[in-house]
Amino acid sequence: MTEKTTIKSPMPGIFYRQPDPDDPPFVEPGDTVEAGDTIGLVEVMKNFHDIEADSSGTVSEFLVENEAEVEADQAIVELE
Amino acid sequence: MIEIEEGGIASTVQDLGRTGHYHIGMPPSGAMDRYAHTVANYLVGNDADAATVEMTYQGITATFRDDAVIAVTGADMSPSLNGEPIDTWATVAVDAGDELELAFATEGARAYLAVAGGIDVAEVMDSRSTYTLVGIGGHEGRGLEEGDRLSIGDAPAERRELVGTRIDNEDVPDYADEDTVRIVLGLMSHRLTDEAKETLCDSEWTVSPEADRVGYRLEGPDLEFEEREQPFGAGTDPSNVVDLGYPLGSIQVPQKPIVLMQDAVTGGGYATVGTVISADRGLLAQRQTHKTVTFESVDVDEAIDARRDQNARLEEIRADIEGEE
Repeated sequence: MTEKTTIKSPMPGIFYRQPDPDDPPFVEPGDTVEAGDTIGLVEVMKNFHDIEADSSGTVSEFLVENEAEVEADQAIVELE
Repeated sequence: MIEIEEGGIASTVQDLGRTGHYHIGMPPSGAMDRYAHTVANYLVGNDADAATVEMTYQGITATFRDDAVIAVTGADMSPSLNGEPIDTWATVAVDAGDELELAFATEGARAYLAVAGGIDVAEVMDSRSTYTLVGIGGHEGRGLEEGDRLSIGDAPAERRELVGTRIDNEDVPDYADEDTVRIVLGLMSHRLTDEAKETLCDSEWTVSPEADRVGYRLEGPDLEFEEREQPFGAGTDPSNVVDLGYPLGSIQVPQKPIVLMQDAVTGGGYATVGTVISADRGLLAQRQTHKTVTFESVDVDEAIDARRDQNARLEEIRADIEGEE
């Protein structure tokens, strides 16, 4: 089972991997996630929106850096 | 009745705005893209001032509990009814029990859902517009959430005859290409250096992630102010002036430019160096975060002509739609 899927941002904004600059990231490569788990935040219009996994899997790679600009529909995380 | 299943990230009930209260510090609120809001209303046979649902970046999912006639305009959020894609900028029939789902915006930032009869929320100070900062108007003064129920105003049965109407392609904005926004320099452009005035109009400005219904903060080059001894009553920052009323659409430069939008503060002590003309404010409101805009300087007469042209175009669209009935 090595089918890869990606989690995409449903909105443009700034991507954050952790809930607070002093907190550890929500998930790291190698972690397993369940559908509904928060994998990061996107900030837009002065609010932070949870980005959730839509299926379960193992995080293989982050496709964008922490605090990078993302566009709507941009792939953020690869799962396998 | 419309039952909200997913509220999106910033969906509010808006009409043309709460006008006439600016002097007490009450901004108008109202649809950020007046053109898209008005066309949506016309497509379902409403007056321009009927309340619509404005959705930002991400649309709502909602179930209609009654038959309805709807139109979705503005940003493309790939709307579907019971999973089947529906036309945008067009009149669509909805049956009781149907589920309308909008996804994220691929082009533009704000989509409008109009329903024949209008969204029937109580008027506050003569308007159904939501002003979220103080929590008045619209649905409970806030953005829509799961479980909210919106009443629909009464509409005559003949509105069904509009179903299938679609406005001409030339009247559908191509938001991806609309990157030029016209401004009138002033009221206090004299506070900028000549070089800064040129920079304001020659530069590409990037819409920041903070941009919302209150203001559009733009990233770009620094703008320098003329040096002076600050007058009595003005703050110490070179961008400070003695307090004034801010024109809607005006550009202030605390550090980077902020264009004041529908929910903005109505006055204060920052120099407003230009004003986005009313006909183009909707285009700015459709620029997504990280997209760029360029300002083109026009005079007041050109701004008034542009407003007149836009009103005439909307009137033609309304007449064409009425002709279909």
